[in-house]
Amino acid sequence: MSKRKGKEGHLPIGECITQVQQILRERFCHQQHTGKLEGVESQQKHLLELLKRTAVHGESNSVLIVGPRGAGKTTLLQCVLRDLLQEKDAQKNLLQVHLNGLLQTDDRIALKEITRQLHLENVVGDKVFGSFAENLAFLLEALKKGDRSSSRPVLFVLDEFDLFAHHKNQTLLYNLLDVSQSAQTPVAVVGVTCRLDVLELLEKRVKSRFSHRQIHLLSGSTFARYLERVRSQLSLPGHFQDAQFAEEWNASVRSLCEDRAAEEVFRRHFNSSTDLRSLHALLMSCLSRVSVSKPVIKPADLLDASRTCLADAKANMLHGLSILELCLIIAMKHLNDVYEGEPFNLQMVHNEFKKFLQRKSNSMYKFEQPVVMKAFEHLQQLELIRPADGSSAKTQREYQLMRLMLDHSQIMEALQKYPQCPTDVKQWAMSAFG
Amino acid sequence: MTTLLQQQGYEEERLRRVAEQLPCREVQAGMLLSLMGQPQHYSYPSIFIYGHRASGKSHVMNVLLKELELPHATVSCVECVSVALLFEQVLLSLFGCGAASLLPRSPSLSDFVRVYRQQSSQDPAKQTRYIVMEKAELLRDTDANLLPALLRLQELVEDNVTVILLSEIVWDKFRPNTGCFEPLLLHFPDYSKGDLQEILSQDTHPSYSAEFYSSYINILLGVFYSVCRDLRELRHLAALNFSKFCEPLAEAKVKETDTHKLWRNIEPHLKKAMQTVYLREVSSLQWEQMQQMEEKETGAVRGLSAHTHVELPYYSKFLLIAAYLASYNPARTDKRFFLKHHGKIKKTNFLKKNEKTSNHLLGPKPFPLDRLLAIFYSVVDSRVVPTASIFSQISSLVTLQLLSQVSHDDQLDAPKYKCAVSLDFISAISRTVNFEIVKYLYDFL
Repeated sequence: MSKRKGKEGHLPIGECITQVQQILRERFCHQQHTGKLEGVESQQKHLLELLKRTAVHGESNSVLIVGPRGAGKTTLLQCVLRDLLQEKDAQKNLLQVHLNGLLQTDDRIALKEITRQLHLENVVGDKVFGSFAENLAFLLEALKKGDRSSSRPVLFVLDEFDLFAHHKNQTLLYNLLDVSQSAQTPVAVVGVTCRLDVLELLEKRVKSRFSHRQIHLLSGSTFARYLERVRSQLSLPGHFQDAQFAEEWNASVRSLCEDRAAEEVFRRHFNSSTDLRSLHALLMSCLSRVSVSKPVIKPADLLDASRTCLADAKANMLHGLSILELCLIIAMKHLNDVYEGEPFNLQMVHNEFKKFLQRKSNSMYKFEQPVVMKAFEHLQQLELIRPADGSSAKTQREYQLMRLMLDHSQIMEALQKYPQCPTDVKQWAMSAFG
Repeated sequence: MTTLLQQQGYEEERLRRVAEQLPCREVQAGMLLSLMGQPQHYSYPSIFIYGHRASGKSHVMNVLLKELELPHATVSCVECVSVALLFEQVLLSLFGCGAASLLPRSPSLSDFVRVYRQQSSQDPAKQTRYIVMEKAELLRDTDANLLPALLRLQELVEDNVTVILLSEIVWDKFRPNTGCFEPLLLHFPDYSKGDLQEILSQDTHPSYSAEFYSSYINILLGVFYSVCRDLRELRHLAALNFSKFCEPLAEAKVKETDTHKLWRNIEPHLKKAMQTVYLREVSSLQWEQMQQMEEKETGAVRGLSAHTHVELPYYSKFLLIAAYLASYNPARTDKRFFLKHHGKIKKTNFLKKNEKTSNHLLGPKPFPLDRLLAIFYSVVDSRVVPTASIFSQISSLVTLQLLSQVSHDDQLDAPKYKCAVSLDFISAISRTVNFEIVKYLYDFL
């Protein structure tokens, strides 16, 4: 170890790779944000100002952060909270309650969680409360008594806000917003949601108590900014131990972003979605290809990773079907073509298949009805076909109406890729009618 | 022999052992391992692995986690009928039995996350923890919040944990409508014919050479590959039929190298196996017994579907026949079939049929009770009094699921029925009462 230190932070390559993996994996997987937020400065300022007014001046507020999935809502909130807690007053006073709509699925659980996060279990004890509002008021009241400064501000963060709107009578939301409107305890309610129409979900009385302050995080980013983001996401920070390696790595990242083929890939991804999350998934699969023997990300890696990301899953599954199952799918495709999307049953499919066999007079695929039935049921298990109506438990299996869940082009593409596909089957699929 | 598995942070010896246990899955295991990264690093919050049945998804996962001794919990969603069982199993395998007992009686997701956080703060993760969910498609049928919560479990519990979902169904069918944290998708492709040959040839018989077994597998695949690509099924079939394949050798009729004669001997046998043991008509035990009894021809033992023939009372048989005729014939042809002195019916009009409207393709049509009785009286030669027993026989046919009642709105007033038996079944029945049913079926005229 001492020898390595003597060489001014030159680490062996294995160690460097380990470090790179650690730093970048934390960034991609753990959503470790890197200090500065890009493109949302105004929103950040707005939110910080708002929360500061609650934490320092004792003003009650409510706000909604709205944006699509992976647009950085939670990151924004985390950054703002981090900045807020750097202030002495806020750090000392502010209490935080984090609720998630996925976890707190009803108001009783949510109230328990609030009690727990405010550390008031021993105060509440075995008391019996008449109503939800009474319980919540008691909790907030207890906070007032607990501290010398007569009331401490509480910050409620409701992640997946839209799920809270599905609770019965929206009691929790009503009470929280009611407290923020009337009672003395300073309360800030911050809702985080991905639904743009979240206000339509609220009841009228809840809606009227909400301040209608919304912060929208819509990505209006351009491709140049996207590329810049890719670069900054992949770059190593300045405090990396081996400065030389970091420099080389950053240079390689820069050259990757300038590469024509790589740019093409990034543009394709940009066109399909601009959010950070899907970019992380792509970069993550690139990063996993970096090893000691190959210490940089090459455009070829990126191309490969993007191919696996964008692969059509159904086509992949079609590739693994047996020839009998493939024949059944072609028969279904013909039925769909002839009867214009009418549902079909096994008998019709088998009939269609038999017609093909008669024409070809090739006994190779002559299977008994039960074998065909087994193949058909396997297709159903894979959900490539689905029952047309739910209540068909009573009809016999061979007469149950089904629908094909595949596209014409998907079938044709799968057929092209199918290993050792017999020519007559291929021709049968090509021919327009049966 | 294989050096594809490389990853820093694991012992080479172990990696070698893993590679040995995963024939034909080196690429996938390598990809998975590189995604998992070094044990102390963060891994992606959720990975979704899909592929056909018996393409080695669980096997690869198990071998990797066991051999590399990573902390993991493997949960089968079939077993976990309630979320409580799921939570208990996860906590039990990750933190020991102390943690599982902390869960309240009927735990919610919130309780699970709370207990998990508490435990992970007591012993923080030095290595990534893995939760493997097998048959993940069943998660869709449980609580709607469970799947989204599992996908972002890493964020919720603030621990180095990765959830791995294994399924046969593609990810597109999982996505909830308000979206969720998208997992990384990983596809396990099907084994090619060569792969199957390689894997199946591994379990050789001690008293025969490897090449001999390999040639047997080759013949087996030649018969079954077009129908079945399921490794487990093929392996089962291979094990069942091998003794038959060796028979000529034991009798010293042919040599090991005489592949053609061996093929001539086994091929019809395998073809029969496809119709019987592959469909589970005949159980494996019966199949083995059949092979031992040489004098008896294989297939002579009646399979499951042969036993569907049931003994019915005389009038019940005719009731069923009448129901079949009512279900599969259009009502406008009843006059022609069942009336003695029907007037003039235009033959051309009557015979005008197309395939599209054939009831043997479309399935049975519902019919009212009156029509059933009318046909019944016409096909039964003797005079039958409509006693209570006749009507009770109809309802007992319904309970036997030979008929099914269509609309449940009224039990007494004009109920409608459907006939739920196959053509083979009904022709067997009509043969016992000397009734030629095919003559009365519109589709076969």
